[in-house]
Amino acid sequence: MGYFLQQLINGLTLGMIYGLIAIGYTMVYGIIGMINFAHGEIFMISAFISIITFLVLGLLGMGWVPLALVLILVTTMLLTAVYGWALERVAYRPLRGSPRLAALITAIGMSIFLQNYVQLLQGARIKPLQPVISGGFRFLSESDFSVNLSYLQIFIIVLTICLMLGFTALINRTALGRAQRACEQDLGMAALVGIDVDRTISLTFVMGAALASVAGLMFLLNYGVIDFYIGFLAGIKAFTAAVLGGIGSLPGAMLGGLLIGLIEAFWSAYFTVEYKDVAVFSIMILVLIFRPTGLLGKPDIEKV
Amino acid sequence: MLKVSGIHTFYGNIEALRGVDIEVHAGEIVALIGANGAGKSTLLMTICGKPQAAAGQITFDGADISRLPTYQIVRRGIAQAPEGRRIFPYMTVMENLQMGASMTDPVHFEDDVERVFTLYPILKERRHQRGGTLSGGEQQMLAIGRALMSRPRLLLLDEPSLGLAPMLVKQIFRVIKEINEQQDVTVFLVEQNAYHALRLAHRGYVMANGQIVMSGTGQELLANEEIRAAYLEGGH
Repeated sequence: MGYFLQQLINGLTLGMIYGLIAIGYTMVYGIIGMINFAHGEIFMISAFISIITFLVLGLLGMGWVPLALVLILVTTMLLTAVYGWALERVAYRPLRGSPRLAALITAIGMSIFLQNYVQLLQGARIKPLQPVISGGFRFLSESDFSVNLSYLQIFIIVLTICLMLGFTALINRTALGRAQRACEQDLGMAALVGIDVDRTISLTFVMGAALASVAGLMFLLNYGVIDFYIGFLAGIKAFTAAVLGGIGSLPGAMLGGLLIGLIEAFWSAYFTVEYKDVAVFSIMILVLIFRPTGLLGKPDIEKV
Repeated sequence: MLKVSGIHTFYGNIEALRGVDIEVHAGEIVALIGANGAGKSTLLMTICGKPQAAAGQITFDGADISRLPTYQIVRRGIAQAPEGRRIFPYMTVMENLQMGASMTDPVHFEDDVERVFTLYPILKERRHQRGGTLSGGEQQMLAIGRALMSRPRLLLLDEPSLGLAPMLVKQIFRVIKEINEQQDVTVFLVEQNAYHALRLAHRGYVMANGQIVMSGTGQELLANEEIRAAYLEGGH
């Protein structure tokens, strides 16, 4: 029981990180129908921005952890959002209206470019960070095992839930969210009611990048090591999460992320760690066979 | 108010509009009739900058709008209820109306919604329903209502009667007249239902193969033999 609970906690934590990245994939797909394969790289860059900010704050003698975390969170979100904005502006906007394949190949190209860009600037060696948030609760202690819920895990789970609530409210209740949903449903009609479509698309990339940047910071805190290559696997997993949940659906992305985190945690705990990725992708294939639009995806509406 | 001169529009290599000239004066209802594929909808979309005209000029209130992006054109006071209605399917009726009001001052919103609900009471009953679940007639009403929410001075309507039962067609045309007379909105209307459109309109244009082939007052065109033969026989 204790062991099970522990895996549940670990899986949820991991799933929250995947979910935050997955939202960026699903939003961009919803609005312009392309898979932004460079999104994983945006996540990776945000982890680097986080570690650099950590070091800078450390040099400045910023010792109080909560304030430092808030500063890092804000800095990372802002700077990563700039990357997201620039990515769309430089690589995707000029291709608006061209065949999907062109945008897809560009996305893969940008992914490779950003990986190499970070590798050149930061070097290929892994970057470690000493634990910033330590300690936690222990409970359900048995003879040789006790469940551990660390402060870091609480931080990740609470922050993600807050972000999700805020974000859902933004999409459902504000004029910006409405404009975004309108663009998603009918880009041309959105322009006809006076929406600046290009601006809305830019903001979508900015929001996706900002959410991914929180995931980047969490990843850094959780694992303590990063390198220029972490965006690839995390990106693929988050993409899988978005597809599993139903690409284009925001709750779907979050659900998909959680499921993938849980599958990974439980598979590693009860079967073999080596095959955890195989398990994740196999389950995605199984779900897609029976529900091609994903768990919460909506089938295409017939246009009347 | 609106002046279209020498417009050419292409879809790839296909020339959909070949030098179209049209004028709409403030306060008028102007009808554009013509067969399928004549270029009527293309003209309405070209006025809204989607696609942009390859040659020629479009002025609205004297200012050239032919090179502006769509959202800037419609922000000057042009609203369109486009071909196929294009209701946002996953948004409620209310949200669709809110989208129509995207660029108006929110202080007008309550009044404007009330105005649309007075024109189309059924929309009030359906206000929490998703757009995609409405019937064709209701979607058409919503499309017109959404266009009105932006407080346009010029309203472009693309085949508002398409696919509707005769009684609904009459109702739609009655409302267009009301909008024009009581709310002082200029209307430019594309129709295949030439009889109704020409009876309603002050003036009309006839389009064929991407060109204007005839124009005159609604009465004149209705009385014209060629038009009767081409567009009215067996119609309505």
